[in-house]
Amino acid sequence: MRVPIALHVNGVERQAEVEPRTLLVQYLREDLALTGAHIGCETSQCGACTVLMDGQPVKSCTILAAQADGASITTIEGLAPIGTLHPVQQAFWDEHGVQCGFCTPGMVLSTVALLAGAADPSDETIRHGLEGNICRCTGYHNIVLSVKAAARAAAAGAEAQPVVDRNAALAR
Amino acid sequence: MNPSTFAYERAETLDDAIALLAEHGDSAKLLAGGHSLLPIMKLRLAEPELLIDIGRISELQGIRDDGAEIAIGALTTHQAIADDPMLRERVPLLADTASRVGDRQVRNRGTIGGALAHADAAADYPAAILALEASIVAKGPQGERRIPAGEFFLDFLTTALQPDEILTEVRIAAPPQGHGWSYQKLANQASGYALVGVGVLVVLDNGVCSDIRIGITGAAPVAWRARAVESALRGRTLDANAVNSAAAAAIDGVELLDDLHGSAEYRRRVTQGLTRRAILQAAERAAGTQ
Repeated sequence: MRVPIALHVNGVERQAEVEPRTLLVQYLREDLALTGAHIGCETSQCGACTVLMDGQPVKSCTILAAQADGASITTIEGLAPIGTLHPVQQAFWDEHGVQCGFCTPGMVLSTVALLAGAADPSDETIRHGLEGNICRCTGYHNIVLSVKAAARAAAAGAEAQPVVDRNAALAR
Repeated sequence: MNPSTFAYERAETLDDAIALLAEHGDSAKLLAGGHSLLPIMKLRLAEPELLIDIGRISELQGIRDDGAEIAIGALTTHQAIADDPMLRERVPLLADTASRVGDRQVRNRGTIGGALAHADAAADYPAAILALEASIVAKGPQGERRIPAGEFFLDFLTTALQPDEILTEVRIAAPPQGHGWSYQKLANQASGYALVGVGVLVVLDNGVCSDIRIGITGAAPVAWRARAVESALRGRTLDANAVNSAAAAAIDGVELLDDLHGSAEYRRRVTQGLTRRAILQAAERAAGTQ
């Protein structure tokens, strides 16, 4: 059995016929090659597979692709134009909110949704809001700092900026 | 990690869903948010031949206040309950409980109907549902019926729902204005599920406890009302001494779980401690409004 689905992914309309048991994360990674949605625990605990579904963070390992029919999905690849960084991505870079990077796409997308609902979040709000994203490097301290920096950047009206290769810039 | 293969049908109306369920019986499962069902299907603990997706049925959505009762549609997500201004004002115990389920992503997808029908022993809602004396509304080929909260949870993963029935809504008579409430939870750090969760409602009359209801989840195969604690405290002043000695009875007559998440002895101590804390916080909140 195949189920027809039609959804918007990163602004592009997609149509497919999927096996009913296809998980949203599988459809994104295997059919659309959007591998920024990571597969971690596969038991809806770690949050590495987080994507935005109609603007809300969800765990794409625990949603059937068929359930997402008609939805608008944003993955980390769709957050900012290629070659640029969304202000939240820039803040994670600037504040060293990234260690191995496996949890980062999910952390960033959860942060985007968190800041949409709380412009100036407290530490407690940030930690509660990111409870569904686990960092096994345990880099939470800098992640909280990154979220605060992103909130300040958003308040200052920041927009996506081209990626700057700082090592190259320093070498010059 | 995929579930076994299954067929998929999307029900457009409640009657469609009831008809599909009647036709396929035990080989079918209802899919709402999927946050209880899909994980157990991935683990192959459930292998239904058909999933009936009820996630888009409009009759099962929304929160309504019809004066005497508040009705919460089965498809209402935990986050929608946590954020609803009317529930936060009139049934804060339920709104706060919803805000503590899982994490943000889980709350965005998981539904109250799905969580109640799945009846995980470590789910959060049963504590509040018991303390609020809510009713569960179910509809099947024989029509609709109301199941009192106290008769709904039967055993581990087992409710009073019949195989051909669909949980359609939860109905709650809002507690009196000025009541006190508390949900105290010790969460499993990995899963967010309640190792123990205690929901308490308190009504004070001139500083004396005129009503108290306590629901406890997580510590046993099925949630329960701590009636011995309630009757010890009704008509009393809820001072620390009275609450401390009464809370010891929270586990009376209950066979506590004993597993890798916590021994029965550990759960006994946590249950008694959280019961004490929840009553004191609820009493403080009730006193603060008078």
